[in-house]
This record gives sequence, structure tokens and C-alpha cells, in this order.
Amino acid sequence: MVRVDGKGNNNSLIQARDLDKAYRRAGEEIHVLQNLSLDVDKGDFVAFMGPSGSGKTTLLNLLGGLDVPTRGSITVAGDEITHMSSSKLTEWRARHVGFIFQMYNLIPVLTAFQNVELPLLLTKLSKSERRQHVEAALTIVGLSDRMNHYPRQLSGGQEQRVAIARAIVADPSFLLCDEPTGDLDRKSADEILELLKRLCKEHDKTILMVTHDPAAAECAQAVLHLNKGVLVEGVAAGSHA
Amino acid sequence: MKYMPLIWANLFRKKIRLLLTIGSFAVALFLFAFLGVVRDAFNRGASVAGADRLVIINRTSIINTIPLSYRDKILRIPGVKSITHNNWFGGVYQEEKNFFPQFVIDPENQRQVFPEFNVQDDQWNTFLKDRQGAVVGARTMERFGWKIGDRIPIKTTLYGGGSWEFNLDGVYHGNNPLDDETQFWIQWDYFEERIPQSEKGQIGWYVLRVDNPDDSPRIAKSIDGEFLNSPNETKTETESAFAAGWVKQFGNIRFLIITIGSVVFFTLLLVTGNTMAISIRERTSELAVLKAIGFTDRAILGFVLGESLVIALVGCVGLLFAMVAVPVIGRALAGMLPALILSPETLVLGFCAAIVVGIASAILPGLSAMHLRVVDGLRRV
Repeated sequence: MVRVDGKGNNNSLIQARDLDKAYRRAGEEIHVLQNLSLDVDKGDFVAFMGPSGSGKTTLLNLLGGLDVPTRGSITVAGDEITHMSSSKLTEWRARHVGFIFQMYNLIPVLTAFQNVELPLLLTKLSKSERRQHVEAALTIVGLSDRMNHYPRQLSGGQEQRVAIARAIVADPSFLLCDEPTGDLDRKSADEILELLKRLCKEHDKTILMVTHDPAAAECAQAVLHLNKGVLVEGVAAGSHA
Repeated sequence: MKYMPLIWANLFRKKIRLLLTIGSFAVALFLFAFLGVVRDAFNRGASVAGADRLVIINRTSIINTIPLSYRDKILRIPGVKSITHNNWFGGVYQEEKNFFPQFVIDPENQRQVFPEFNVQDDQWNTFLKDRQGAVVGARTMERFGWKIGDRIPIKTTLYGGGSWEFNLDGVYHGNNPLDDETQFWIQWDYFEERIPQSEKGQIGWYVLRVDNPDDSPRIAKSIDGEFLNSPNETKTETESAFAAGWVKQFGNIRFLIITIGSVVFFTLLLVTGNTMAISIRERTSELAVLKAIGFTDRAILGFVLGESLVIALVGCVGLLFAMVAVPVIGRALAGMLPALILSPETLVLGFCAAIVVGIASAILPGLSAMHLRVVDGLRRV
């Protein structure tokens, strides 16, 4: 259950309270997020929509521990991350967050297998254990036959599926997707959205997704709209079959 | 080790750039090794000089002669064990490029003063009896393919000029691999007989052995004092000081080599540093992704250092190339310089220099990658 009124219970996977984020540009303070609160439970699939500059990516960066808020707190699975040191936050991200980007952001000189293996290099798993996990992740995204292909040998949709495999391989607490279908044609986009829905439903993954695409937003259980840094409405889409 | 595939893959991202950077390292290290070899060659005289030997030259300069009559006076100075004398012959064998040093020697005392040069007794005895005889170092003999019994013509513009002919009676070998085996020795009596009257009785320099090396300063002072205010004042110094002074006549070789070496390595530092900086700039977004998925700042710095170190280590092929090339170059330059030997110390120093440059060139790009903010890096997609 997603709430934006700051009154969620302590069992929520993600609790953001009274978040502010401001930048200084040319001596002027720009408030990107204002007094934002959010509660997301485990297994939720939430879409954030809004015009460019409304603060969607900034919110995702804060929830993913890539940036720190000017004010407020974020608690994920009981860990308060807003006051963590940079190195602690890096370790925390490795354990809890899977990132999926619009441009896939695969390492071009590594094969699909090696790209997916990257997060596991930070664990104590043996080489054979890492292989098992990577093969499982690539099988889930339907690319077990493309393990030794380089990103340039894959289509955009396949690259994004490799990126999703990389995001889920270490079994993180939640996935952050920043316009995951923004660079794909409709067919590929639908395949990616179907995959994300499957991850949520069958593997109980919590997914937070920024999108401009109404069709993508329809896949989520809840759609939240951001406008000038404020979460202005919460809509239970309910189309997540 | 589990990060090696990532380092390796990044290294091969731009193959031509990698090849050129490794090539820069290899060329610089080859040059470093060769400069070290040349430095050692120039300094070898000082390093193999006998601790108990003194050299006496004319105080004005080594090209000025000293009377042979000084010999008996020098021998009377307490502590002097034996003495011999040499002249520079300065001849040319067939053509100018065939240079090797020729010395007029005092056969009776040569072996007492220079015991490190070995000549078979039968060859030496033949030489002693042959006024036109000559003994040659093994390297020069090998260089020209001479054999015992050959007649060797040497042209000189000194001592009245003309062509002199010598019978090759023997060959000497050094006890130590670093000993100079390029010299050509001829008889004092034959030389004295042929030179103009005005130059007779004059020698180039004396070399003497002392009973106790600790007495060398006193003996040198006594010798120079003995001939003070004479028409041919002397300058006596240890053989190593003499050898070092000889090298200085070519200029400050050490300074020259250090300067060239420093410029080479500084240039290498800039080239490699720039390559690493470009490489890091090109993959800013990838580094940001690595940080986003949990690679620490230290790991990122480690990747950059790792790449730079691999380039430096592979660049050490320049040192291997030097090991092969130095003997070849040495043969080509035979006679121009003493034996060219690539010492283990030079190789180790070259290896260490490569590592230092590898680390130094990666530090700035590495720190820049380390301090990259993830959100900034991701915006540069």
C-alpha cells in the first residue's frame, strides 16, 4: 500500500518523511522537492509521473542513496540512510538497491554475463556461485542464450533486459527504474514492462519507476504525480494483473 | 583477482591507444637502460681501478709529457712498490672508424703494475724479444679477426707520422668481465727508436703501485713535491680519481644522462597521465554506474591504478629489448666505448621507475574518478 501523507506504519519497506531537496545555482536556491513524504510496502510497484523538472529523478536518487536530502529522512528496511557516510551508503546500495536506467548503462567492453556479474563481485560468493546466480538472472529475463554477447551485439530491448538482470542478480530490497522504456520502441517497451510486472508478481520485487509513458504507468499498482517538487496526488492504478 | 577481467577489458577498449602507450613505456625504458649502460661504460674505469695504483701526469695536462728520468726518483720514494710508464700512440688501423686505444708500454714492468691483464707466458716471452711486437686485448682481436703472427699496420700522425707495422705476438684477457680488453700494446724500445729526437725520453704518464693504499695520499704528495718548480711539474692521483677525471673530459656525463633520463620519464609521465585522464573522461558514466551499484571509491581508484600498472609492467618489454639489443649495439660500437654491459642494477632501477611512473600517472585521473559524484556522472550519458 502506497501512502503520501506521512502516516504509513513502521512496517513499510520505504519510509520517506518531510523530504526537501534544494540546489544553489548562480546564487539562487532552487527547491526541487518540498516536504515530500512517502511510504512503500514490500512488493509494491509504484510509478512516478510528472513534467520534466518536477523532481522525479531527484526523488529516485534520494531513495536510492545516490544523493542526500537537504532536510527530512529516508528509512529503508529499518536502515536510516540519510545520515550514512558515503562509504556506508555505497555498501548499503550494493545490498538493497537495483538500478535500471533509461540508457541501459551497460559496460560496453564486458559481455552480458560479465555485466550481470558486476554486483556479485562485491559479495563473498565463489566463482561457481556467481555463475549460478548470473545464469539464473539471465534466464529470468530470457537471455540465457546471449550470455557471451557484448552490448553492441544486442538490441535495445535485450540490453535493457541485461540491465534488469544486473539489477536483480544480487536480490536487492527494491528496484529503481528511471524511464526504463524511454529509449525503446513500443514492442520492446511492452516486453520490458511485462518483465517488470512479472518480477513484482512472481518474485515479490518492490519497484519504483519514473516514467513519462502512460502505458508504462498503467502497469504499476500505484501512480504518483509530482509537480514542482510536490506529490500532488496518489492514484491506485490497480491494473497490475 | 576477480576484478582482473574488468581491468583487462577496459585496457583493451582502445587497442591502438593501448599499443601506443605501452610503446611509449617500452621506448622510454629502453632508452633508460641504454643510458645506464653508457653511464656504466664511462664510469667503469673508476670502478675497476686498482686501489693500490697511482697515476702521475704532467700538471699542465695529460697531453704534456714527463721525462723518463723521473722514474728512478719516484722509485726512491718510500712506499712505492713498482712503476711503469705509458704513451698514447694515437694511430689508425686501416681507417678512422676502426678506433681502438694503442699504448706504448714498458714491457718489463707492465705485468707487475697491471696484474689483472693475463697473457700466456710463451706469448709474453715472444713479445719481450720482438722489438716490433704487439699484444692486443681479446675484444679487439675478435673484432678484427686477427690471429697470433699477423702483421698489423698502424698509421699515425704523431711522432713524425707514417705507417708502423707490428707483429701480433700475444693476446691478453682481463680477470674481470669489466676489464678493458680493447687495448693494443707496443714496445717502448721500438717506439723510442723511431720517434723524432726532440720527443725522445718523454713518456705520457706513469702508473705505480704502492705497498699500502692507505699511504697513497702521502706518496702522491711526496711525488708532486719532488718535482715542484721543475719544468715538468706532476699531478699524482689515485687511478680511480684519474679515471673519473678522464671521463669528465667528455663533459659531465652523469649530469647529461640524468637530465636526458629525467626528461624522458617526465614526458612519459605526461603521456601516460594524459592517456589515463582521457580514458577516465570517456567512461565517466560507466564509473558512475559502478559506484551506483556499490563499488567503493577505493575500488574505483584501484581500477585506474591497476590499468596504469598493467601498462607499465607490459612496457617493461623495453627492458627485455635492451637486454637483447645492448650486446648487439656493443659489438657495433666496439672500440668506441668499453664493453657495454646491462647491469642487473640498471634493470631493477628501470623496473622500479616504470612502477613509479605507472602509479604517478594514474593518481590524478584516479582521484578524479574516485571523487566523481554518481548523480553528476549519470547525467553525462
